[in-house]
Amino acid sequence: MDKLLVSPSPHLHTKTSTKSLMRDVVIALLPAVVVSVLFYGWSELLVLGVSVASCILLEYLITKYLLKKSCTVCDWSAAVTGVLLALNLPSSTPWWVVFIGAVVAVGVAKMTFGGLGQNLFNPALVGRVFLLISFPTYMTDWAKPDGFIGNFDAFTGATPLGIAKEGGVAAIESMDYMDMLFCNIGGSAGELSALALLAGFVYLLVRRVIRPYITLSILATVAVFSGIFWAINPAEFTDPLFNLLTGGLLLGSIFMATDYVTSPMSNLGGIVFGIGIGVITMLIRYFGAYPEGVSFAILIMNSVVPLLNKWFHAKKYGRA
Amino acid sequence: MGKLQHITKGLVKENPTFVLLLGMCPTLATTTSAINGMSMGLATMFVLILSNIVISAIAAYIPDKVRIPAYIVVIATFVTLLQFVMQAYVPDVYETLGLFIPLIVVNCIVLGRAEAFANKNSVVDSALDGIGIGLGFTMSLTLLGLVREILGSGSAFGFKFIEGDGILAFVLAPGAFLALGYLIVIFKKLTSKKAE
Repeated sequence: MDKLLVSPSPHLHTKTSTKSLMRDVVIALLPAVVVSVLFYGWSELLVLGVSVASCILLEYLITKYLLKKSCTVCDWSAAVTGVLLALNLPSSTPWWVVFIGAVVAVGVAKMTFGGLGQNLFNPALVGRVFLLISFPTYMTDWAKPDGFIGNFDAFTGATPLGIAKEGGVAAIESMDYMDMLFCNIGGSAGELSALALLAGFVYLLVRRVIRPYITLSILATVAVFSGIFWAINPAEFTDPLFNLLTGGLLLGSIFMATDYVTSPMSNLGGIVFGIGIGVITMLIRYFGAYPEGVSFAILIMNSVVPLLNKWFHAKKYGRA
Repeated sequence: MGKLQHITKGLVKENPTFVLLLGMCPTLATTTSAINGMSMGLATMFVLILSNIVISAIAAYIPDKVRIPAYIVVIATFVTLLQFVMQAYVPDVYETLGLFIPLIVVNCIVLGRAEAFANKNSVVDSALDGIGIGLGFTMSLTLLGLVREILGSGSAFGFKFIEGDGILAFVLAPGAFLALGYLIVIFKKLTSKKAE
């Protein structure tokens, strides 16, 4: 019995690693990416390419030459940030604007705080919001889908939420919810098809990459909040289904609010976090100056995550 | 400590903006362009030098318990003077800086130097200290304003070198925090190398 090894616990390991989790997120984003490229064509491919390539390159350069740490590019997190950033931008964004977004996302929001695991805010969203306030003209220049499949006349149109903000409820009466569910609306690349995003959500749940609490609590809050206002005055406020299907709500609630680093650790904390995002989103949509508020809502709630972690303790492991 | 050191310490070792992190309110709010930053720095420097001189001269006569209100009265006198002078000779700058000129009264650099330096040192030393800290503040604000102007509006000291707008966020409040944060990082990096 001289082969008895004594080692400290834990003795059982899963094969899950940051790398495999992030790779699953990329796979879950693929349907949305494919749909956006099919419907927006070459311009979307350029945005995606520039975004992913510059995120990875910047992370490599910063870790190697500025932080002088071991390279963290291989954990796929920079690629996830790149894809998410690209899905948050209009397909007509010029390449240098995308690059500035990547610099802010990876350089400012992620590496300044010490890299993956230490960033307070979701990098891709910081990049998007920075571009939104810096280049309002590029960031609201939504091209109507004009890609490899489908037969659309190319013209610059507003997003459904933008139209609702300008013209009120009457302006969106002609819109078809089936269009929103599939892909027939203008908007950021990642806002195109609700179905593709939901497919990614199901994949993440099946692979147990994320837990459903945050996403569901955001969606439920938005539905209840807009339901109440719609019931009071349907002539002024848009209805719940419209609010669920349009804008960045699905992309944000599935892929960005659930980011491990910037969301609360416990399930209960996650639910409170989601309610906060839902309420702030709807307040901005109904009463704010911007037509869409998901990205602001997630960033605002990101900043209270340390407090939520303090109030709602994660379940301790190793107890009966 | 030599006389010259009273001036040079304000530029690097005790730089009010990048090292002491004093006077953040005008620093963040008025540095939308290099010219604005420089005007704010010079205005503060004017008040700082004169209030340092007067306070060091009368410090011995002020009862300890009421020294802060007494300093404020002295500082406010010079700020009022400055306000009238600026209104008369540079009305444009006065308009742009607006509220931040009267706010020099409660600027923590001015009050901080009165409390930490002027009331313990001679009139000449206090004047030199005011010049040094004032120059440091002016330099930092001009630099911050320049960085924000180049990135935010594509111009330097009012001369445009690119067409159209720059990265608008740098003219707005978030850009002020970002630019200041990274300038502090660079300043720390450069000065820590010098110390080694």
